[in-house]
Amino acid sequence: MLAFTLRRFGQSLLVLVLMSLLVFLGVYAIGNPIDLLVNPQADDFERARATAALGLDQPLAKQYLTFLTHAASGDLGRSFVYNIPAIDLILQRLPATMELALVATFLAVALGIPLGLVAGLKPHSFIGRGIMAGSILGFSLPTFWVGLVLIMVFSVQLGWLPPNGRGETTLLFGVPVSFLTRDGLAHLAMPAVNLALFKLSLMIRLTRAGTREAMLQDYVKFARAKGLSSRRVIGVHVLKNILVPIVTVIGLELGSVIAFAIVTESIFAWPGTGKLLIDSINQLDRPVIVAYLMVIVAIFVAINFVVDVLYSLLDPRVRLGGAAAHA
Amino acid sequence: MSSLAEGEEPVVAAEKVESPWRRFTADFAESRLALAGLGLLLAILVVAVLAPVISPQNPYDLAQLDVMDSKLAPGEPSSSTGRPYLLGTDDQGRDMLSGILYGLRISLSVGIASTVLALAIGLVLGLAAAYFGGWLDTVVMRLADIQLSFPAILIALILLAVLGQGVDKIIVALVTVQWAYYARTVRSAALVERQKEYMEAARGLALPRARIVLRHLLPNCLPPLIVVATVQVAHAIALEATLSFLGLGLPITEPSLGLLIANGFQYLLSGKYWISFYPGLALLLTIVAINLVADQLRDVLNPRLRR
Repeated sequence: MLAFTLRRFGQSLLVLVLMSLLVFLGVYAIGNPIDLLVNPQADDFERARATAALGLDQPLAKQYLTFLTHAASGDLGRSFVYNIPAIDLILQRLPATMELALVATFLAVALGIPLGLVAGLKPHSFIGRGIMAGSILGFSLPTFWVGLVLIMVFSVQLGWLPPNGRGETTLLFGVPVSFLTRDGLAHLAMPAVNLALFKLSLMIRLTRAGTREAMLQDYVKFARAKGLSSRRVIGVHVLKNILVPIVTVIGLELGSVIAFAIVTESIFAWPGTGKLLIDSINQLDRPVIVAYLMVIVAIFVAINFVVDVLYSLLDPRVRLGGAAAHA
Repeated sequence: MSSLAEGEEPVVAAEKVESPWRRFTADFAESRLALAGLGLLLAILVVAVLAPVISPQNPYDLAQLDVMDSKLAPGEPSSSTGRPYLLGTDDQGRDMLSGILYGLRISLSVGIASTVLALAIGLVLGLAAAYFGGWLDTVVMRLADIQLSFPAILIALILLAVLGQGVDKIIVALVTVQWAYYARTVRSAALVERQKEYMEAARGLALPRARIVLRHLLPNCLPPLIVVATVQVAHAIALEATLSFLGLGLPITEPSLGLLIANGFQYLLSGKYWISFYPGLALLLTIVAINLVADQLRDVLNPRLRR
C-alpha cells in the first residue's frame, strides 16, 4: 500500500511539473512575456528594469527553473488590477468557489442516486422513463442558458430569489460561508442548482446503469432467495456494490465542477475564482490567470491522487495491478 | 457486420437481401423521436443556409436598422414600416429573428468546421497509433490522457486567453479539446479490427500498407467515429456558445448565438427577456435535435444491439 501511494505521489508530482511547463511555455514563451507580465502602461525604463528583474535575458531553461522555484515558494506575481500577490487574490476567492462546488456536488449526489436507483429498478415504468428523459435534457441544456432561464423565472418573473452576489456570509472555522444564513441560502440556491444540473444527470445515468447490472447478479438473486426484504437487498447489497464507481466519479467530477463554476459564477456574479478568471482575462491581468491555472492544476492533481489512493483501498485489484494504475 | 450474416440461416438471409444502407435507414426510422430530431435538424440547417434569402432584414447592414425600433417586444410593429417584429428587437433595433438566423449560420459552421478538423487530426493520429504501435502509440495516448483529464471548457478558456478572439482561434481551441476523443475511439476500433481475418487476408495478399490502412482498416473503424462525431458537433456548438457568452469566443463582428444571448443578458433583469431567450431557444433546439439523432445513430451502429 505504501509503495503504491508513493509511486502514485511521484506520478502526481510529474504531472504537476509537466503542466507547469505547459503554462510556462504558454504564457511566458509565446509572444513577448514583458507585454504579458508588465503593466502595459509602463515606460521603457520600467520595462528594461522588469526584463532584468524577471531574468528574461537568461536562457529559456534557466527561466523555467526560476519560474518553478518562485512558484514553489508561492510567488506567482502581483495582480495589475488589485496590486496584491495574485496567489492571495485566488485564495481569497477560493472559499466561495469551493462552497458552490461542494453544495452543487451534494445536490447532484443526494438527488441523483435515489433517482438513478428508481430508474434502474423500474426502467420501463413511466417514472423510470421520465427520469431518463429528464437526464437527457440535463445533458443537452447548456449551463449558461439554464442559468439565464432560472434568473428569468425566479428573479424577474416571480421575484423570489436574488439574481446575483453571495448574500450575507458568516464565518465557519474562519472561512466565510453563505449556507448558514437565510439570505446567503437564497443567493446560493440558483447557482448551486445551475451547477448541479449536469452532474445530476450524470449521477442518474451512472446509478441507473449500475443498478440494472447489479440486479442481474447472482449475489442479488441469492440475497432474495435467503428471504431478505427488498429494502435490505437494495439498500445494502446493491447500493454497496454500485457505490465504488460512483465514489470515484464524484471525486473526479469535483474538479470539473470547479472548472464549470467559471460559467455559473459569471452568470450569477458569484464572487469566486471562476468569475475572477473571466474578469482577469478581460482586463488582461495575466499574473492572476497564471496563478489561477497553477492553483486549479494543483487541485486537479491532488483530487486525482486522493481518488486513486481511496480507490485502491476499496478495490485491491487496482493496487495489485501495479503499473496499470496511472494518472 | 460479416459476423451477422454467419449467424443467420442461409435461406432467410437469401430472402432478406438488403443493402447495408437500406437496413441502416430502416433501423434509424424505427424511432419516431429520432426522425423528429432529424427533421428538426434538417429544417435548422436549411434556414441557416438560406438565412440571407429568408430573413426579414440583414441584421448587420446598419442602414437597415432603425434605432427608434430598439428593444421592441415580440409582435410589436416597426415605427417606420409598421411591419411587426415576430421575435422583437435588440438594443440597436435589430430584428431578433434575422439575428438568430444569421447567428445559426455562424454557430453551425464553427461547430461543423471544428468537428471535421478534429476528426481528421484524431483519425490520423489514432490510426497511426494503432497501426504502428510502439513509442508513437505511447506518446499519442499519453497526450490524450492528459488532455482528457482536464475539462474541455478549462482548456478552451486558457487557449483563448492566450490566443485572443477570432473565428480561427475558437476553431483551434475547439479542435484542441476534441481531437483526443476521436484518436481514442479510432485507436480502440482499429486495435480490434486489425486482429480480424480480413486484415490478415489483406496482409497475406501483400497489399501495399497504405491500401491496407485506407481501404480495409479505415472503413471498418468508421461507425463508432460517426457516433462520436455527431455527439461532438453538439458539444462544440454548446462550448462555442458558452465561450462567446463569456466574451472570449467570437468577436462582435461574427455574432453567433452565444454572443446574441450575452448581448441580451444585460436586459434580462429589466424584463426584456426576448433578446436572449429566443437565441437560447434556437441553440437549445439545435443541440437537442443533434443529440436525438446521435442517440439513435449510436443504437443503430452498435453491433451489440443488432437484432
